[in-house]
Amino acid sequence: MPDDILNSFMTGPDEKGRFGDFGGRFVSETLMPLILELERQYEHAKTDDSFWDEMHHLWTHYVGRPSPMYFAERLTERLGGAKVYMKRDELNHTGAHKINNVLGQIILARRMGKTRIIAETGAGQHGVATATVCAKFGLKCVVYMGAHDVERQAPNVFRMKLLGAEVVPVTSGRGTLKDAMNDALRDWVTNVRDTFYCIGTVAGPHPYPAMVRDFQAIIGKEAKEQMMAAEGRLPDTIIAAIGGGSNAMGLFFPFLDDKDVSIIGVEAGGKGVNDKMEHCASLTGGRPGVLHGNRTYLLQDEDGQILEGHSISAGLDYPGIGPEHSWLHEIGRAKYVSITDTEALDAFQLCCETEGIIPALEPSHALAHVAKIAPDLPKDHIICMNMCGRGDKDIFTVARALGWDMSGA
Amino acid sequence: MAQTASRPNEQTDAMTRIDDTFARLKAEGKKAFVAYVMAGDPDFETSLAVVKGLPGAGVDIIELGLPFTDPMADGPTIQLAGQRALEGGQTLQKTLDIARALRADDDTTPIVMMGYYNPIYSRGVDRFLAEAKEAGIDGLIIVDLPPEEDDELCIPAQKAGLNFIRLATPTTDDARLPAVLKNTSGFVYYVSITGITGAAEAQAGDVAPEVARIKAATDLPVVVGFGIKTPETAEAIAGVADGCVVGSAIVAEIGAGKSPDEVVGFVRSLADGAHRA
Repeated sequence: MPDDILNSFMTGPDEKGRFGDFGGRFVSETLMPLILELERQYEHAKTDDSFWDEMHHLWTHYVGRPSPMYFAERLTERLGGAKVYMKRDELNHTGAHKINNVLGQIILARRMGKTRIIAETGAGQHGVATATVCAKFGLKCVVYMGAHDVERQAPNVFRMKLLGAEVVPVTSGRGTLKDAMNDALRDWVTNVRDTFYCIGTVAGPHPYPAMVRDFQAIIGKEAKEQMMAAEGRLPDTIIAAIGGGSNAMGLFFPFLDDKDVSIIGVEAGGKGVNDKMEHCASLTGGRPGVLHGNRTYLLQDEDGQILEGHSISAGLDYPGIGPEHSWLHEIGRAKYVSITDTEALDAFQLCCETEGIIPALEPSHALAHVAKIAPDLPKDHIICMNMCGRGDKDIFTVARALGWDMSGA
Repeated sequence: MAQTASRPNEQTDAMTRIDDTFARLKAEGKKAFVAYVMAGDPDFETSLAVVKGLPGAGVDIIELGLPFTDPMADGPTIQLAGQRALEGGQTLQKTLDIARALRADDDTTPIVMMGYYNPIYSRGVDRFLAEAKEAGIDGLIIVDLPPEEDDELCIPAQKAGLNFIRLATPTTDDARLPAVLKNTSGFVYYVSITGITGAAEAQAGDVAPEVARIKAATDLPVVVGFGIKTPETAEAIAGVADGCVVGSAIVAEIGAGKSPDEVVGFVRSLADGAHRA
């Protein structure tokens, strides 16, 4: 533990919403008063026991928390080195970690008297989680989704519609996740009075990166207690996949001041981190810039125009990353690596075969890095990876990549 | 009157082309007509021809759009213009070149660069400001830099002798207004609606009390934009403010493939409308 608060990595962001040089509030004047109001309301809720009581009640009875901490015995044997644990957030209601955060934001929205919820989604997991909680509370829900993603994630689009949400296919720009976020912001700027923007990751203007992190931090808090119960000590290494970075920030945050715990974030390396930008590795292949309300590492050209990345995983397909990750990267508290599409596909299959768990393509990236490092680590080294989503949504993509014909299935 | 923004450009203490223009218009008893075009839309040469035609069409201030891939405060018309410009190879350098080319023929019409922060941040703030000043740019409107981020570009721009023009909006309440006006210079740009560019039509009846509210807090001219598409609306809105801005309606003409002469002709009709006010 740190000697004093000055040595803590857990005090950010500062009053300007910055983690070091990253973060901030880079939004138009129309949105600025809304963001300041949200910050006031969140600061109040954060210290209000009744807010957290409501969260914990729903986490327990609606989401199914705590999620298990599972010792992956056969995977550990197969890799022949470090002991591998999985934090099973894929067992949550709706099949991913996304709902942890959505619950928090929607309880807050209800307290603020907002009646209309908007969200952006890439793979559709955040959209489904938002539509789910809106259905539960009887709130109007509008989800912006890139037209390209609407096509390749048809089952999630149908789920959202079943849940009563309106799904708006975004054709502006190039019709991807970042364009969906642009259109959600355009909606918010137009419907300022009744609408709450429920952002799905630890990005956007302050207070979103901190607020979403705080809601996701339940993952890391549980993981700490569960590791103590299982092993009597903290893990040596914690690993999570990163698109915007919310599941990773949720796992990492409670461990930031445990300096013996090594922290590794895994970005989507796509076809390889190269100059052609056929990847989504903002930290390993990008540089700092300003987009969607915050300063962070971005994929961009030399003129500051934002580039589209590539990843087999639609959930990692975002040209930026949460600002707190950019800061942890720069100060060296966390290490960031990348995993290619092919490596992730191999890990996906390995997990199915050895553990009977079909993982989402996002945590398959984290798992691929586990498979890379575990064999060379001693048997008493403990790795905890975040199994942040289940793979049902990805079986069509994986089938295509493996050359399996699903048309007759 | 508020002390904070009582001089034309408190930060530099120097008159800029923008200040001179408003002083001239005031003396003539006229309202300002501000025209927005996207630099490089659909290509450099066409865009330059349009820009060069604007002063002769009665445009008092030119807003030169800096294209960006992710213009989150803009509606489809201006988004598409930015895409056309980027596809045509437009860059920050070429946008400065358009300003420089106009400045070679015209030393009086103010040029305000309007856009988003990342291309400027990517260039480097100090380098950008030196180049913008040298190219004859007079002011900046950067949509995603609210007063909370003034240290980024607003303060350095004022020190470099460029006006930093802030947007005030219907959500800017009285408590917040002084912060918005504090480091603003040149003029205040009042956004007539909550929404994106090119959306709902601005209503003079809604705008008038808002302009009065802002003018009670500053000596700076207040110009109104967003939702102005016709000479009639230009006249009505300019009538309740110190001027008006038209962007999307002009950009839509360029998007429809009209020739520079046709576009400039349309702009003249809007300028005439505003100047009737």
